Amino acid sequence: MNEKKREPLFHIVKRSALPWYQALLIRIAAIVLALILCAVITTITTGINPIQVYESIFAGAFGSARKTWVTLQNISILLLISLALTPAFKMKFWNIGGEGQVLIGGLAAAACMICLDDKMPGGLVILCMVLASIAAGAVWGFIPAFFKAKWNTNETLSTLMMNYIATQLVAFFTIVWEVPKGSGKIGIINQDTNIGWLPQAFGSKYLLSIIVAVLVTLFMYVYLNFSKQGYEIAVVGESENTAKYVGIKVEKVIIRTMLLSGAICGLVGLLLVGGINHTVTTTIAGGQGFTGVLVSWMSKFNPLTMVFSSFLIIFMDRGASEISTNFGLNHSYADILTGIILFFIIGCEFFITYRLQFRKKAEKEEQ
Amino acid sequence: MKKKVVSLLAAMALTVVTLTGCGSAAADTTDTTAEETEGTEETADTEADASDAATEATEGADMSNVKAGFIFLHDENSTYDLNFLNAAKAACEKLGVECVTKTNIPEGQECYEAACELADAGCNFIFADSFGHEDYIIEAAKEYPDIQFSHATGTKAHTENLSNYHNAFASIYDGRYLAGIAAGRKLNEMIDNGDITADQAKIGYVGAYTYAEVISGYTSFFLGARSVCPTATMEVTFTGSWYDETAEKEGANKLIEDGCVLISQHADSMGAPTACETAGVPDVSYNGSTASACPNTFLVSSRVNWEPYFEYAMTCVANGTAIDTDWCGNLETGSVELSELGSCAAEGTQEAIDAAKADIIAGNLHVFDISTFTVDGKTLDSYEADIDTDPDYTPDHEVVLDGYFHESGEGFRSAPYFNVQIDGITLLDTAF
Repeated sequence: MNEKKREPLFHIVKRSALPWYQALLIRIAAIVLALILCAVITTITTGINPIQVYESIFAGAFGSARKTWVTLQNISILLLISLALTPAFKMKFWNIGGEGQVLIGGLAAAACMICLDDKMPGGLVILCMVLASIAAGAVWGFIPAFFKAKWNTNETLSTLMMNYIATQLVAFFTIVWEVPKGSGKIGIINQDTNIGWLPQAFGSKYLLSIIVAVLVTLFMYVYLNFSKQGYEIAVVGESENTAKYVGIKVEKVIIRTMLLSGAICGLVGLLLVGGINHTVTTTIAGGQGFTGVLVSWMSKFNPLTMVFSSFLIIFMDRGASEISTNFGLNHSYADILTGIILFFIIGCEFFITYRLQFRKKAEKEEQ
Repeated sequence: MKKKVVSLLAAMALTVVTLTGCGSAAADTTDTTAEETEGTEETADTEADASDAATEATEGADMSNVKAGFIFLHDENSTYDLNFLNAAKAACEKLGVECVTKTNIPEGQECYEAACELADAGCNFIFADSFGHEDYIIEAAKEYPDIQFSHATGTKAHTENLSNYHNAFASIYDGRYLAGIAAGRKLNEMIDNGDITADQAKIGYVGAYTYAEVISGYTSFFLGARSVCPTATMEVTFTGSWYDETAEKEGANKLIEDGCVLISQHADSMGAPTACETAGVPDVSYNGSTASACPNTFLVSSRVNWEPYFEYAMTCVANGTAIDTDWCGNLETGSVELSELGSCAAEGTQEAIDAAKADIIAGNLHVFDISTFTVDGKTLDSYEADIDTDPDYTPDHEVVLDGYFHESGEGFRSAPYFNVQIDGITLLDTAF
C-alpha cells in the first residue's frame, strides 16, 4: 500500500505519432487558451476590454494598405533571418550570431553607398553592395565555423562574440561617417541622389524584400529537403560519427553551411540598409538575429512553418504600437502578451510529443 | 485525486465564464465612455463655436480642422520624451485639437512609416521629437506636400527647400546659463562654509555626444556658474548615447570620484540625478524637476517647454499660414523654463536668477559674450560655423557678431551650432 502511495500523480508518456489533425487541434487550443489568458490579464490589469485590444492589434498590422505592406515587409525580414539560421541549427551548430552577420552585411552595403557614390554609376554601386554584403555576412559566418571545424571551439561563444565585434565596428564607422559632426548618427545616405538605393520592385518600395523572402524560402525548402547537401546537414546534425562513417566530410559541411547561413544574413543586411532604412545604425537588426533563433526552432526547421511563426511575431509587434497609441498602454504591454502566446505555443509542443497518464488510470491498466 | 483535478477544471471553467462575462460588461462600459468622450468633444466644439471669445480672440482660428500627430523616440520613461509628450497633450487640450501619439519610434525607416501612417490617418500637422528622425520626416514631407511636418532639434529645414518641413528649437542655452547661476551660488556657499577651497570648485557634467547641442549646453551652464563663482572649473564626460541610464550613472560616479562637487547633465535618463542623490552631491538636472526622486540634492532644472511652439504651429495650420522654417523659442515666448529651486539651493539664488533673466530678455546680457571666455587663451573674435549641414562639416557662416556668439540666431538656424572648446572646461573622453 505504502509503495503505491508514493507513486506520482501522473506519468509522462511519449506519444506515438499523432495524426496531423490532432496535432493541429492541440496547437489551435494552445493559441485559444493563450488568447483567453491574455484577455483575463488585460481586463484585470488595465480594465480595457480585451476584444478591443485584439481588434486594435489587428488594425495595427492590417488597418490600411500601407500597414499591410509594412507588416509583410517586416515578416519577410524576420523570415529571411530565420531561414538563414536554419541550416546551421539543423546541423546542431548553435549559430546565435545572426545579429552580427546581418549588421556586418549592412555595414558593407553602407560603406559602398558612402565611399563609391561619386566614383561609379549607380548600377555598379548596387552590384558592389550586393557582393560586399553577401561576402561580409559569409565571412562573419565562416570565422566561427572554421575554428569549430579545425579545433572544435565552442561556436555558441564565438558566434555571440562576433555579434559584439560587428556592433562595435558599426559604432566606430558611425562616428567616422556621422552628419552633422558629433551627432552620432549617419542619417539617410545619398538622400538627394538616391545612389545605392535598391530599385523598387514593380513600383512598390515594400515588395523587394517580400520577393527575396519568397525566393529564399522556396530555395531553403528544396535545399534542406531534396538536395544532397541538405541531407548531409541533417546527417551531421543527427550524429557526427554516422556522418563520418558514411564518408561525409564534417568539417567541409560545417564551413559550407555557415558560409550559406552568413551569406543570407548578409543579404538581409543589404535589404535593411540599401532597400529599407538607407542608413546603418548599431540597432538596425533590432534583435531579430535572436528572434530568428526562436522562429527557426518553433517551426522545427521547416521553412514553410517559419512563414507562420514569423507572421505571428511581427503581427503582435505591429499590433503593439497600435495598442500603445490607442489605449496609452506602454509598448511593453504587447511584449507581455506576445510572451504569453509564445509560452503556450512552445508549451503545447510538449503535449504533442508526450501525454500525461494519471495515477488511477495507470492502476486500472495494471489491473 | 481525480476529484481534485475535476474540481480544479471546474473552477477554471468557472473563472473563464465569469471573466468572459466581465469582458462583455467591460465592453459596454468602454463603448459608452467612447460615446461620452465623443459627446464631450462635440460639446467642446459647440462651446468653441458658441462662445468663440476665449479661443478665437486669442488664436483667431477654427482649430477643428487640425489633427495633430506626434512621433516620440521613447515613451514616458524617458525624461526627454515625457517633456514633449506632456507639452503635446497640454497644447492639444488647450486648443481642442485631436491628438495622436506614437511612442518608441526608432530613428530609421520606422519613423517614415509612422509619419505616413499618421498622414494616412488624417493628421495635418505631424511632429517628431528626436534628432535622428529628421531625414525620415523629410522623406515623408516630400511624399505628403499638403501636410505640415515639424521636427525638433533638426538642422536641415533651411536647406531642404520644402515649404511643408520645419525645424524648431529654443534658446535652451539661456536656461542652462540661469541654472549655472544656481550652481555657482551653491559652489560659493560651499566655499564660504569651508567645505571646499575656492580651487576645488569643480563641476562635473555628463554629456551624451560631442555634438554642438551638448557642447553649447555645457558651455552655457559653465559660463553661468563662472559668472558668480570665478574659480569654477568643469570636467565633462560623454556616454555616446542620448539615453543610457547605466552609462549616465557611471559617468556621474566617475566625476564625483574625480573630485567634482556639483553635477549636471545633458542626457535623458535619471542615471546622473540618482547617482548624485546616493552620493549626496548637488545636481542640476535637465528636462524637468527631479526634486521628487532626489529631494536632498536637487538644485534646479532647465527645460524646453514645447507647448508654445505646438500652439503656434497648430494655429498656423488652422489659419493656413506658413510655419517658420526655423522657429527658436526663448525665455520671452515661455519656451525656456527653469523649475522651482530645490531645497538645497543657496540663499539669494532666486533673486540672482531673476536679475539675470531680466537682463537676458532686455538684451543686456548675452550668454556667449566673447569677453567672458577664451579659446586657447585667446578671445574668439571670429568663428565660422557649419550651419548648412553637409558630410564634410564645411564652415559656412560667420557667427561672432556684435561681440557675442550668435547661438541659434536669427537668419542662421534654430538648432545649436556652438561647438567651440573654451578654456576652463576639460573633456575627459571625446570618443563620441
